[in-house]
Amino acid sequence: MTDVNTQAGASVTIPPMVLAEQVSKSFGSNEVLKSISLEVKRGEVMCLVGPSGSGKSTFLRCINHLEVLSAGRLSVDGELIGYRETNGKLYEMAPKEASRQRRDIGMVFQRFNLFPHMTALENVMEAPIRVKGLPKAQVERSALDLLARVGLAERADYYPAHLSGGQQQRVAIARALAMEPKLMLFDEPTSALDPELVGEVLDVMKGLAKSGMTMIVVTHEMGFAKEVADSLVFMDGGVVVEAGDPDEILTNPQHRRTQAFLSKVL
Amino acid sequence: MSITTPPKAGGATRPPGEPAPSVPIKAIKLRHPWRMVFAILLVVVFVSIVVDAALRPAYDWPAVGKYLFDRRISQAAVVTLQLTVYSMVIAIVLGVILAVMRLSPNPVVKSLAWFYLWIFRGTPVYVQLTIWGLISLIYSSIDIGIPFMDPWVSFSTNAALSTFTIAIIGLALNEAAYMAEIVRAGLLAVDSGQEEAATALGMSWSQTMTRVILPQSMRVIIPPTGNEVISMLKTTSLVTAVPFSFELFTRSRDISAETFNPIPLLIVASIWYLFFTSILMVGQYFLEKRFARGVGDRQPDRKDAVGTGTGTLTGVVPVIGSGQPSVIAPPRENDPPANPGGVK
Repeated sequence: MTDVNTQAGASVTIPPMVLAEQVSKSFGSNEVLKSISLEVKRGEVMCLVGPSGSGKSTFLRCINHLEVLSAGRLSVDGELIGYRETNGKLYEMAPKEASRQRRDIGMVFQRFNLFPHMTALENVMEAPIRVKGLPKAQVERSALDLLARVGLAERADYYPAHLSGGQQQRVAIARALAMEPKLMLFDEPTSALDPELVGEVLDVMKGLAKSGMTMIVVTHEMGFAKEVADSLVFMDGGVVVEAGDPDEILTNPQHRRTQAFLSKVL
Repeated sequence: MSITTPPKAGGATRPPGEPAPSVPIKAIKLRHPWRMVFAILLVVVFVSIVVDAALRPAYDWPAVGKYLFDRRISQAAVVTLQLTVYSMVIAIVLGVILAVMRLSPNPVVKSLAWFYLWIFRGTPVYVQLTIWGLISLIYSSIDIGIPFMDPWVSFSTNAALSTFTIAIIGLALNEAAYMAEIVRAGLLAVDSGQEEAATALGMSWSQTMTRVILPQSMRVIIPPTGNEVISMLKTTSLVTAVPFSFELFTRSRDISAETFNPIPLLIVASIWYLFFTSILMVGQYFLEKRFARGVGDRQPDRKDAVGTGTGTLTGVVPVIGSGQPSVIAPPRENDPPANPGGVK
């Protein structure tokens, strides 16, 4: 938690953007996340790295309640995710409330998951119109701006099938940004891309990080982590093995498992 | 006998570094004499059957011509169409409801839908139609009100339900069971990532269904539904079990009972059925084209897309919208650079 002294001298606590306290998740008897505790500050870019099956993606999906926690607490911007706490008791949220929380959390998927029956522009416009109920003309203007921002103004009327993987992923980023989220989650955004298309997506993400967006990025791109991330978390077997400054961890990993993993990917 | 040496003529003028032009293959084509023999044989058989049918007196072609546009027949054709359209519309609506019920997390809802399918798919439609015809014996009146108390309104079943209505109910409830399975297959064919993406954007379940899942599943649902419509058109000939006798088949049987000449009237009925199914097939073609938007057609230009084969797609594609960049248009001359500047 960050304590900020206001001009009046009173101490006001600004909650971190994401606060995970002993978060656990099991699928049946398979414990995928074991008591994860993490904190992501406002404007921070955190990279989650680790071997496949280490629970990175599951953790990311817990943050916007696509997966339900088995134990622990997870809050975004000071608000508990998926549950409402009244008088010390937790109440499961109605789908409507969960949807409201998800609006403020953008998510980008490994396989893009663009809506194939809509053009790039329609993909970006869908949620602001349907979910926020904004007027169409206004949404179209800002959607075109967003597409220009990811370098795809010329591709607005293309269907996803007519776009390359990198272009599709950039449309997906624009679609998530259209909801004006306060937090962006990236689930291996470049893993399904051909190597020569990775750069264009990372460029968009770098720009986004520079603009001050809070981001959690599950990635295997160590170069990106080194250049852009404020903090790096190495996960293995459902636990946080090592966390801290990216340069420090990448150049001088302390834990044996981190060393073993980095020796394979670097 | 040198294979690698390029032709001398082009060698001298070719700039260095350019590959040698390939030599076109000049070979004698493989002949398929048996193909021709079979084709001729089949044509001979087909023509002789047609000629024989044209000359055979039992078909009584003049009578076919006379009854083809008989007023009673054309009216019956309209009734057959009405039965098909009304029962199909009800069946599709009910089928969507049942399919969604089968995918419901609530076990009671799920089991109820399963039970419905078990009953209506497990018994012959002819038997069902006969039972519907006897509905007034089972339920002599239709009462609306609170159970075990005096009803607010009460109708006599015979007065409330005409045989036409009963025929539609019978056909629709049977068909709904089949439509439910078709719709369910369509919903399951949409990649789960689609629902996730919609959910992550904050869309509600009903928005996700109507805006994202159903439009995509249409591509999988329409071809078998077209088959069901065509099948329904023909199944209407069974409503004689209700008994309802104003549709095409029963009507033509009734006429031939007067003329003692059944064969030409059966041909008349068949011609009408064929005419309608042909129209339905054309309609299905255009519907499939409409819902293939954004999938399969490689050309972004709508005009170019004609003839690329999207509309003729009749097979069931198991997974759609998986986001695989498998269908990518080749880069064109006027493509803008991949990422002009990225985010600034």
